[in-house]
Amino acid sequence: MRPDLWVQGTATAIDGPLLYLRRNVEAGLNEAVEILSDDAPPRLGRVASLDRDAMVVEVLESTIGLGLRDIKVRFVGEPLHFSVGPGLLGRVFNGVGEPTDGGPPVPAHKRMRIDGVPINPTQRDLPRDFIETGVTAIDLMNSLVRGQKLPLFSSGGMPHDRIASDIAQNARLRRAGEQGFAIVFVGIGISHDAAETFRQAMQDSGALAHTAMFLNLASESSTQRLLTPRFALTAAEYLAAQEDRHVLVIMTDMTNYCEALREVSASHGEVPSRKGYPGYMYSDLASIYERAGCQRGAKGTVTQLPILTMPAEDISHPIPDLTGYITEGQVVLDRALDHKGVFPPINVLPSLSRLMDQGIGKNYSHADHPALANQLFASYAKAVRVRVLASVVGRDGLTPLDLNYLDFADRFESSLIGQSGRRTLEDSMAAGWAVLQRLPKAELSRLSDAQIAQYIAPSQTAEVADQLHA
Amino acid sequence: MSDAVIRWVGGPVVYATVTSAFRIGEAIEVGPHRRPGEVIRLKDDELVGQVYEDTTGMRPGDSVRGTGAAMSVRLGPHLLGHIFDGLLRPLDAGEKPAPATIAFRPLVRQGDTLTAGAAIGDLPGDGVVQSVLLPPDLAGTVETIAAAGPQPLDAILCTVRTASGDVADIGFFQTWAIRKARPVRRRLPADEPMVTGQRILDTLFPVSRGGQAAIPGGFGTGKTVLQETLAKWCDADVIVYVGCGERGNEMAEVLREFPKLADPRTGRGLMERTVIIANTSNMPVAAREASIYTAVTVGEYFRDQGLHVALMADSTSRWAEALREVSGRLGELPGEAAYPAYLGSRLAEFYERAARVRTLGDKDGSLTIIGAVSPPAGDFSEPVTSHTKRYVRCFWGLDRERAQARFYPAIHPLQSYSENAGRFAAWWAARGNSQWQPHREKLLSLLEAQADLERMARIVGKDSLPPAQQVTLLCAELINEAFLRQSAFSEVDRYCSPQRQTAMLTIILDFIDQAQAALERGAPPQAIAALDILRRVQRMGEEIGEDQLEKFTELRTALQAAMTALGKAASDAA
Ligand SMILES: Nc1ncnc2c1ncn2[C@@H]1O[C@H](COP(=O)(O)OP(=O)(O)OP(=O)(O)O)[C@@H](O)[C@H]1O
Ligand SMILES: [Mg+2]
Repeated sequence: MRPDLWVQGTATAIDGPLLYLRRNVEAGLNEAVEILSDDAPPRLGRVASLDRDAMVVEVLESTIGLGLRDIKVRFVGEPLHFSVGPGLLGRVFNGVGEPTDGGPPVPAHKRMRIDGVPINPTQRDLPRDFIETGVTAIDLMNSLVRGQKLPLFSSGGMPHDRIASDIAQNARLRRAGEQGFAIVFVGIGISHDAAETFRQAMQDSGALAHTAMFLNLASESSTQRLLTPRFALTAAEYLAAQEDRHVLVIMTDMTNYCEALREVSASHGEVPSRKGYPGYMYSDLASIYERAGCQRGAKGTVTQLPILTMPAEDISHPIPDLTGYITEGQVVLDRALDHKGVFPPINVLPSLSRLMDQGIGKNYSHADHPALANQLFASYAKAVRVRVLASVVGRDGLTPLDLNYLDFADRFESSLIGQSGRRTLEDSMAAGWAVLQRLPKAELSRLSDAQIAQYIAPSQTAEVADQLHA
Repeated sequence: MSDAVIRWVGGPVVYATVTSAFRIGEAIEVGPHRRPGEVIRLKDDELVGQVYEDTTGMRPGDSVRGTGAAMSVRLGPHLLGHIFDGLLRPLDAGEKPAPATIAFRPLVRQGDTLTAGAAIGDLPGDGVVQSVLLPPDLAGTVETIAAAGPQPLDAILCTVRTASGDVADIGFFQTWAIRKARPVRRRLPADEPMVTGQRILDTLFPVSRGGQAAIPGGFGTGKTVLQETLAKWCDADVIVYVGCGERGNEMAEVLREFPKLADPRTGRGLMERTVIIANTSNMPVAAREASIYTAVTVGEYFRDQGLHVALMADSTSRWAEALREVSGRLGELPGEAAYPAYLGSRLAEFYERAARVRTLGDKDGSLTIIGAVSPPAGDFSEPVTSHTKRYVRCFWGLDRERAQARFYPAIHPLQSYSENAGRFAAWWAARGNSQWQPHREKLLSLLEAQADLERMARIVGKDSLPPAQQVTLLCAELINEAFLRQSAFSEVDRYCSPQRQTAMLTIILDFIDQAQAALERGAPPQAIAALDILRRVQRMGEEIGEDQLEKFTELRTALQAAMTALGKAASDAA
């Protein structure tokens, strides 16, 4: 690092989050700057573009209160770094990694670039350790594995926070003796209330001691939102690499992040692509989501559970759409299920876990898990089609088989997806076999004869016997 | 060497004031760390360059050095079995160091006259037989030729005196500019299919050797799994797999999985025939743009050795987006969805490099290109999909609804097409199915009828459909469930040989005919649907493997018996 460089009196304009300076120092692209004005704490920024005479600094916090004459700009000589060390867990930080819980600063053992370093694909280990979350719609139907990035697609007023905190408290590996679990909670433009609810839930379950929170609240600068996940992920990577921990990073709400990105892009006068979002939003989001994973030779891992609210509940909106193109699946919450009182209101059809195939089956979860999940998907998809048909032609136009499917759809939602309290994978599988039982055997083409004989037929025979006796 | 000085820098783009001459497409080295880049525009005394690595820390005043050569890659025997970045720099050098020597076998003698691109020798081995070629622009008389046996990597294998009297040294390696198609003697007609081992493709929408196919689909509909499946089982000699702006874990998976799987034709590890080029989504965006050209150049290099090459590009949309990002930084006038106006012509150039050819060295080779397309919101009318459609002959459209029902591969039979299909009837006839063309048409028309009938059922109710139409629905469902569905993860069914496809197809067609007959004899559709044997047919892909083809005959006989009995019972009762 070179000695600090200061400039004063070179600002020529402030426009939204952008600060224009005359260029009279040797600063490089992406270099971090600190902007000092009066007694306010320093604001972070970065050099966004440079030419011979001028430079543009993106101020990553609010520019309210900045003037052209009195500000001092300090050039750090390198991109933004975060100093991390032992004692991150149990602490609360603001969106740029400063403690806000009144405790001492974290000892700086390691300075890490907040943008991370792209992982060489040859250094990645395949994520395949099945995580039991206790949620059937996830464990049985869209399994989460360690090192995966699996977002929750939600909408306003839906219980995504509760699902996330349930998962944070309940998630466990099925192999015994696992230790070193940690949670990094990242609040991006969320309300104080939401942050507090999560903190309370973690405290009640005793998990707070291994949780670090990074909070950019709704009341705080929106441009700072671009930094919050990066500081938090840097901490997560430290915990994984240096403390061998399995870190679950919960990020909420990525929609606020994308809005901030759009705001900054617009201020640069960039040509937008879809709905005003910048054309590089895919790459930008990827630079966050791709930081999940398992590295060869490392004991710790980083798993991401980002939460986003779909604007207008539209899954084809650029935010969920681009996220879905980067993450390894998605868990989609559904308003209609929520209205029916199903908790968690997860619609399994648009949901997906792409790493599921690697994390389930004989050596990972249960030998019959893949076939069962497959059959449930096929049957439920058919049942939903019948439901659509029924809503047009009425029940009278349906065949007896179709009526059977309608009944299946209801059972599937109320007793398989809906649950109260944690379920083990065995519980979830038992519930899965149970809902399939009343479908005719001919409809179960994804199950083998052996599976039917073992899980379906005994009770089918029993049921027939019951009917005979009745 | 030419020089320039950076005037402006932003993202992957630099503007620099030149002090000597540069050329468009010239490779450059930018800044104190000499990061690789390329000249993309020249005007007066200024050049615009794109930089293939992170530009953090660069600033006005930094230097830009020209290399005097176009953006090129080094081609040679070091490629197969390895993974590279978008500029063809090895990513696995740490773990898999290059061998000190390579076994060589000369194919020419002193005094032989060679045409450009001719083979001077090959690399004996059990896997893919690679040749050492003269560069496409060099012909002449052999002055010296190395003896058979192991040769150091930097050996001069052959010296050639050209017509102008110069002597050129030929080694294992040659360089080629990535944006320039490698020349061929002539293009050959595409009248042979590339067998993919996927029923829905080989039977309904076949791609030819040297053809082009696009796989458009929204997120999670199965593009990557399909590309990987093709990379594993298609009957190409060499696979070039380019991960362009996609996930790091997917690359890691290919690296992990391929060495463990065996090529069904040769029994050798699949990785031995594969070159992976990875520019994942978090790697620099300009190199993503280059990675596609790098990949085609590698593909053409193997094609020129007389090999059949299949190139999988996942995803061409990320490449188009990289183009868009750089174009935006240049302040170019944006076209549709902010893509530059030249998007269409770039796509055309890329897909045109697919071909079956007579090589300069007078061998038959082919390069087949299969590109995934990731349309925003899964909407096929967006610019990348619609332009791509103009340049490919096979369109394998993935359907969200099928994917959601976990019906894989989720290729929609009514939205997909193959313009090559007409040419392959003879090929299938030679493999035991002289009826391939009519069979294929029958399946497609039944699937079409199904769509119509389902629309009708929405109005009148399924119950009110006449029995004949109910049977049509039953047949279409069986086509989907028993034939088109094929799990990429099933050890038995992930690959389906043409013989096995024909056996399964025959059973389906038998069923269609016999259901018709049974119906005419008065059997109600419900009775047909309730046959126990149907379950065997639905699951035949899972239950009967490649080594048990005779079981299909047994199944066929059993099905026939059950169906005939059905008709009998009905007509007896009447
Ligand atoms: N042929 C198949 N057989 C079995 N499963 C499949 C098949 N195709 C897709 N799948 C399932 O669908 C999931 C998503 O597929 P894939 O990752 O290929 O989607 P994609 O279209 O590449 O998505 P994206 O555009 O986001 O990369 C896979 O993880 C797998 O579970
Ligand atoms: Mg993909």
